[in-house]
Amino acid sequence: MAMTRTETKARAGLDAETLRLMYRHMLRSRLLDERLWVLNRQGRAPFWISAEGHEAVQVAFGMNLRPQYDWVAPYYRDLALTLVLGMTPKDHILSVLQRADDPNSGGRQMPAHYGCRRLNIISTGSSVGTQLIHACGIALASRMRGEDAVTFTSIGEGGTSEGDFHEALNFAATHKLAVIFLVENNGFAISVPWQKQMPTQDVADRAKGYGIPGVIVDGCDAIACYRVAREAVKRARRGDGPTLIEAKVLRLTSHSSDDDQRRYRTSEELESDKERDSLLRFKATLEELGVLTAADADEMRAELVIELNEATEEAEAAPLPAADTAMLHVYAEPGDWRG
Amino acid sequence: MRNRVTGVAEKTYIEAIRDGIREEMQRDDRVMILGEDVGAKGGVFGVTEGLQKEFGEARVLDSPLAESLIVGVAIGAAMNGLRPIAEIQFQDFIMPAVDQIISEAAKMRYRSNGDWGVPMVLRSPFGGGVHGALYHSQSIEAIFAHIPGLRVVVPSTPYDAKGMIISALRDPDPVMYFEHKRCYRAIKGEVPDGEYTVPLDRARVVREGTDIAVFSYGMMVHSSLEAVDRLAADGFSCEVVDLRSLRPIDREAIVASASKCGKVLIVQEANLAVSVASEVAAIISEECFDSLDAPVMRLGGPEIPAMPFSPPLEQFYLVTPNKVEAKLRELAAY
Ligand SMILES: Cc1ncc(C[n+]2csc(CCOP(=O)(O)OP(=O)(O)O)c2C)c(N)n1
Ligand SMILES: [Mg+2]
Repeated sequence: MAMTRTETKARAGLDAETLRLMYRHMLRSRLLDERLWVLNRQGRAPFWISAEGHEAVQVAFGMNLRPQYDWVAPYYRDLALTLVLGMTPKDHILSVLQRADDPNSGGRQMPAHYGCRRLNIISTGSSVGTQLIHACGIALASRMRGEDAVTFTSIGEGGTSEGDFHEALNFAATHKLAVIFLVENNGFAISVPWQKQMPTQDVADRAKGYGIPGVIVDGCDAIACYRVAREAVKRARRGDGPTLIEAKVLRLTSHSSDDDQRRYRTSEELESDKERDSLLRFKATLEELGVLTAADADEMRAELVIELNEATEEAEAAPLPAADTAMLHVYAEPGDWRG
Repeated sequence: MRNRVTGVAEKTYIEAIRDGIREEMQRDDRVMILGEDVGAKGGVFGVTEGLQKEFGEARVLDSPLAESLIVGVAIGAAMNGLRPIAEIQFQDFIMPAVDQIISEAAKMRYRSNGDWGVPMVLRSPFGGGVHGALYHSQSIEAIFAHIPGLRVVVPSTPYDAKGMIISALRDPDPVMYFEHKRCYRAIKGEVPDGEYTVPLDRARVVREGTDIAVFSYGMMVHSSLEAVDRLAADGFSCEVVDLRSLRPIDREAIVASASKCGKVLIVQEANLAVSVASEVAAIISEECFDSLDAPVMRLGGPEIPAMPFSPPLEQFYLVTPNKVEAKLRELAAY
């Protein structure tokens, strides 16, 4: 099956409102992300792992999925995706500050281990790759009930070396499941560059081995991401089976707050990545298209900062979990979800 | 406990498991099976024989040869409303799925603060004495009994096999349901027709006695009973307790029988170090210190990697009624 390369084609039939909304989602995630780094550097949050540089493709998928109906088995970079689907900056600040009301885990997991029952975002652990298989089980259950729900799952390019990646693709393709596999390829797995991870540069090539479409998209090109997401979701919903999508993205930050990428990347490389930032590029495109003025963008930013300040204040005022609650939810408690 | 029993029939252990699964599949269309060879062949031991014919290929799904996949798909399906049974063909081959079991299924409820859970049953045959050598004979239940968030059960009778598979399928949390291969056709017993359940957290006193308490599970319950019968002829009265559930383990039942008898033998097929027997012995030393008349004794497999193939080597590994009898006599004489 031929691999498809995609490019920005003008605006992919998107109206001005949709384009502005897309930019707003990206900016909202970026501002939150920057705030979480600040909280970390101030010593108020022990850990953060960023989505900076990955936002465009996540927003594109978020806008094409049906929240609360479709299913999502994400990985730790998917901050922007969770926001588009309906989680809030406050939800994630609560998590970073380890508060009891953190909807992801009640302060039990490290930040960026996303999960939200209400939005069909399944709880994610730390073990890289396991979520891809859960997505297959979810899609199988949707099919058994005759639903046309789509299941989205994602992973980094490093994670594609895990056996679970193969097991999941093999199964989803064999059973033509409505699963979308997104590989957010930022070229690094912590410090290990893709050249030491895999023999060929394009993960999407592997789709051939499973007889499914493999699509490469420039993850810095928001409109191209949108087109690819729209097509993959349609295809899955029609019942035509899974798609493997590889977005070439940038990791604009160190792997996490515990890493310093200056130890293994050159400053030239880091500088050039900054210039390729999808937010800058998308903003320029929207200005060119006459969809967004500099003043619109400033206004948007100001609104989002207000939301963020309120969220930070509220989250900081929220209580930590009581120590004795550590014993709860090992097995189903009254009121827990029971299937 | 709901009991809607219409009659009773003599069944093998394997028939009892199948009956339980079939009846629950008839009652609850969320129940499905996936695993290697579970469909047309009915599993390598025949537990799922006839089920694909009755329920179709979607509900009795022949999976690819991929254990992490089998368990991971069951997890995802459970979170999206199904009640899957993941069959791992032999307990020995559960290893590729351990990440999915321990990192995912066991932690899902805890890590989501109760918002998600994994109502899944993982079935797998274990145990030796079937010329299965190193990779078709192991008893590695202790690995899972160590893990909070899992339930681990090992029925030893057809009655319990059926009642416990039904309970497992109705439980909201992941249940590891281990079947000793030698029980499948060798162990027969009365099994009620229709719907009944057996609790997943209670041991059962199989034989009442006063001199020595014997704790065991799976096939070893039967080896223990045989040995105990021989001692009874000499006037020794042994109490035999079938643990049935390894996590959570029934502390109360262990303490009650150990305190009553004052002498204790724990019998398992697995090697002893850091095992179920270790846990039972620890509970007894914590709670029954004043009631003991002898050191707690344990009988299990040797500390070698797994059961070897050649008959003398295999016999060396196995816990036989003779070995149980010898240990009981040693304890009686203490
Ligand atoms: C099974 C497993 N092994 C190792 C780790 C530690 N670890 C966390 S993230 C990571 C690198 C992942 O890189 P990639 O998949 O490319 O994703 P990225 O962080 O670049 O988005 C490693 C090695 C882990 N979480 N899980
Ligand atoms: Mg990477």
